[in-house]
Amino acid sequence: MSILRFTKDHEWIRLDGDIAVVGITDYAQSQLGDVVYVELPEIGRRVEKGKEAAVVESVKAASEVYAPVSGEVVETNAAIAAEPAKVNADAEGEGWFIKLKLADPKELDGLLDEAAYKRFVEGQG
Amino acid sequence: MDPAALERTPLYPLHLRLGAKMVPFAGYEMPVNYPAGILAEHLHTRAKAGLFDVSHMGQMRLAGSAADRALESLVPGDVIGLAPARMRYTLLLDAAGGILDDLIVTRAPDELRLVVNAARKHADLADLRERLGIGVAVELLDDRALIALQGPAAAAVLGRFLPGIGSLSFMSAREASLAGRRAIFSRCGYTGEDGFEISLAAKDAEAVAERLLAEPEVMPVGLGARDTLRLEAGLCLWGHDIDETTTPIEADLAWTIAKRRRAEGGFPGAAKILRQLSEGAGRKRVGIRPDERAPAREETPIVDAAGRPLGRVTSGGFGPSVGGPIAMGYVEAGHAAEGSPLGLFVRGARRPAHVVRLPFVATRYYRAPAS
Repeated sequence: MSILRFTKDHEWIRLDGDIAVVGITDYAQSQLGDVVYVELPEIGRRVEKGKEAAVVESVKAASEVYAPVSGEVVETNAAIAAEPAKVNADAEGEGWFIKLKLADPKELDGLLDEAAYKRFVEGQG
Repeated sequence: MDPAALERTPLYPLHLRLGAKMVPFAGYEMPVNYPAGILAEHLHTRAKAGLFDVSHMGQMRLAGSAADRALESLVPGDVIGLAPARMRYTLLLDAAGGILDDLIVTRAPDELRLVVNAARKHADLADLRERLGIGVAVELLDDRALIALQGPAAAAVLGRFLPGIGSLSFMSAREASLAGRRAIFSRCGYTGEDGFEISLAAKDAEAVAERLLAEPEVMPVGLGARDTLRLEAGLCLWGHDIDETTTPIEADLAWTIAKRRRAEGGFPGAAKILRQLSEGAGRKRVGIRPDERAPAREETPIVDAAGRPLGRVTSGGFGPSVGGPIAMGYVEAGHAAEGSPLGLFVRGARRPAHVVRLPFVATRYYRAPAS
């Protein structure tokens, strides 16, 4: 059974066993607009909770994608590097960014669950 | 900025009805894009026709028997030689040859009409009143709206209302009525495509915009795509690619200095500008193509092969019609030749790029058929 969590920076993270998939939320992609470029970390890189893990660029601007938790990058999504529009089309599915091997699964506890994230986004106006 | 302090154009209610995403721009609440999004709006303009609200721009009237001569004391273009209903792109200069604004001047019956940048209109108004002197009355026409219809289908669309408008020369204006509303139609634009700008009374703007939007080829286009279109066309944006710190020669706008003005001078900064014209300037605005896929945004440092600083990117992003990253910026003159290798510092890494000829996308301004 997987655990789905969200950050206030609009990333999602889905944990299956000790591997987590990370992406940006559908709300984030709708705010960014057309995604034209993504920059993904190297496999094996250690990312730190709250620090930059990837970059997503829309026509208008570049934005950081922060690691929701600390861990080691074990896989990146080559499909979105080749076709960045996949991030708009399916941000919370095929448009995932990286897979992390978690350093400390307890870090997930401080993140938002789906209902709390939904309330947070609604509060953004 | 306090949203309540922002101004609105006469098309504000229309933007909301069309579902625009509104953002602050030059003191106005303006549509950055509509639900179609910047990419679709950009590509649609290149394929058919886009309708833009550019009512935030400053429209002015210069009246006075010698307004053309007076304006020539502030710009390097040939204004005296401007034929009736013809228009010209020119530059408002300061004494050091810096660019205070770029603008379009049109010779209308008994007066000159200017269109200046939104962010500069109040500064320009004060500056023009001061430097043109008492012989020229300068008036900001803030009761007028400005709508741009741009793209290869623009002439056919307007032609349904105004038969014959399709033969209007590039950089010429004509007064006519559309849907019963008087307007001035100018064959010009800021996209690199054929197109028109339509100046009309604020109260008539919404009806005319809606009439044009009802045509099947026409889609509303926001400021986001306006910026990507003009960047692909190699056109400068004041405050970014040109400003008080850049001269017309550095900005590669020597073509705006009329032949007679080169001989006579008599515009601000003429000594410096004419010297740069003959001897070259130390730096030059160039087109830049990153060799990889990462866009290089404004302020990105430009370096040479050895990592030595050469200048900065002044406009940069993704070109939807190019299908990749594009930029403009200033480099030392020795690195401005087409093909010169450059490095761009993006997120701490030096990324290869090279100088390319502008524009990035071939312009398609209207040219009258040979007779």
